[in-house]
Amino acid sequence: MAANAGTVPAAPGARRSLAPGLSIGLSTLYLSLIVLLPLAALSWRAHGWGAVSTPQAVAALRLTLGLSVAVALVNAVFGTAIAWTLVRDRFVGQGFVNALVDLPFALPTIVAGLTLLALYGPKSPVGINAAFTRWGLLLALLFVTLPFVVRTVQPVLFELDREMEDAAASLGAGRVTTFLRIILPSILPAILSGVALAFARAVGEFGAVVLISGNLPFKTEVVSVYVLGRLESNDSGGAAAASVVILLISFGVLLAIGGLRRWVTRHDR
Amino acid sequence: MIEARGIVKRFGDFTALDGVSVDVPTGSLTALLGPSGSGKSTLLRVVAGLEQPDAGEVSLDGEDVTRLPPQSRGVGFVFQHYAAFKHMTVWDNVAFGLTIRRRPRSEIKQRVTELLDLVQLSGLAKRYPAQLSGGQRQRMGLARALAVDPKVLLLDEPFGALDARVRKELRIWLRRLHDETHTTTVIVTHDQEEAMDVADRVVVMNAGRVEQTAPPRELYDHPANEFVMSFVGPVNRLGDTFIRPHDVELLLEPNGSTQEAMVQRLVHLGFEVRVELVRDDGETLSAQLTREQVETLELQHGQIVYVRPTHQTVFAD
Repeated sequence: MAANAGTVPAAPGARRSLAPGLSIGLSTLYLSLIVLLPLAALSWRAHGWGAVSTPQAVAALRLTLGLSVAVALVNAVFGTAIAWTLVRDRFVGQGFVNALVDLPFALPTIVAGLTLLALYGPKSPVGINAAFTRWGLLLALLFVTLPFVVRTVQPVLFELDREMEDAAASLGAGRVTTFLRIILPSILPAILSGVALAFARAVGEFGAVVLISGNLPFKTEVVSVYVLGRLESNDSGGAAAASVVILLISFGVLLAIGGLRRWVTRHDR
Repeated sequence: MIEARGIVKRFGDFTALDGVSVDVPTGSLTALLGPSGSGKSTLLRVVAGLEQPDAGEVSLDGEDVTRLPPQSRGVGFVFQHYAAFKHMTVWDNVAFGLTIRRRPRSEIKQRVTELLDLVQLSGLAKRYPAQLSGGQRQRMGLARALAVDPKVLLLDEPFGALDARVRKELRIWLRRLHDETHTTTVIVTHDQEEAMDVADRVVVMNAGRVEQTAPPRELYDHPANEFVMSFVGPVNRLGDTFIRPHDVELLLEPNGSTQEAMVQRLVHLGFEVRVELVRDDGETLSAQLTREQVETLELQHGQIVYVRPTHQTVFAD
């Protein structure tokens, strides 16, 4: 069976791996060195938990999570729509649009911030001034997270068995019913994968938001910028503490999305 | 009753259906038989509304459905590769047509139970398609198509992806199912044995056209042309003459009407033996004999025999 499980297809040959012990050992070692060790060091450095419970820190945490959830939801809808257009429709300039999707990846995020500030800043040529507002933040985060859902859904949609849709139609299902009952459940795992990536990226984004947000405490200050502020005030312990908190929350959210994904792919096992 | 009139369907430069007209009488089991690319599957999809014809009309039970979308035609469709809804259990797959029609729960339950019983999948209702064998998946596909009481049942190479043994079992089972339900059924196949076995009428198609429509026996005994003759069974072609291998008689002594030939190969197929021969003029042909006949003649590789056709066909151009 072809696994339609998004970025991480089930590996049917996993149990026949050449050297299972070796591959597990290597993966663990690598993850430990690259991810766990720095995180442990961060937690070690974290002290002055007071810095995390100040109203300013709580506001920054709230804003970051709220924005990230919003970004994830918007991406789930529009990322899927764009993937759909790229796979199912044929139009002039399709290759161009396809390449455009990856552009936010290719830009240094500070450049993305500059671009957005030029377009939606005080001297906006289109007459929209979103600088130093939460709308500006949302725009910047949507810009940098655009590719995730598109790129996770696209291949799954491409591989989707079109005959399922024919079968649904012959059984009396209209287009909307077919989409909701057949197509959406099939691409949902991929959407969730993309949503998790977009959420994670939004939580951690710095470059794209630092210019357009204006970093107004209680209004447009996100966690990454707050952490920088603590560092600049020589409070590295507080910076680390704030980092650990957002890290734990993010990890919890990612675990939850992973669990949801496992539940919607239960038929593959 | 399905009536297709003058159906034309093109895919780019390729003409899949070149003005095809076919009638399928109510209650019949009709096979569309032809090689790949003959247009048989396209015709089936046009009847179902899954393809729009470039010209021609389709009517079901007297109603013109040419412009109707598939969901409004009341047809059941079974796909070669099952088209199972992978994220739904067997039960939900079969219930799909009824669920989206918002039928009462009790009715759905009764109908699905009945159908799972009919296709012998009662014990597997909670499984997902990935946990079924090919034969089981196809039976689920049939139950799913039958759930909405279709006016016609359309099967597109339904047993094509299954192994030979399961294919034969399901074929017999389908015939029995049809004898019980009498649903007007069309089955597409490239396998002449399957068509002859299961159908009461066979429509032979080739290159987007209908070559002949007839009951299996008549098709075999009175093929309309060379194509049908050679497609519905093995045949020897000697100049303009066509001879079925079982119409080739082998003698050990020449008589006036025989021709000399040498035995090149003896192929034992259980009860039957295929004798491959080369005539003295270099033409090759094969004869189909029973094991007893081969033993009586004591045929051996390299032996000289004398060939006489007991029946042969010549098509006038």
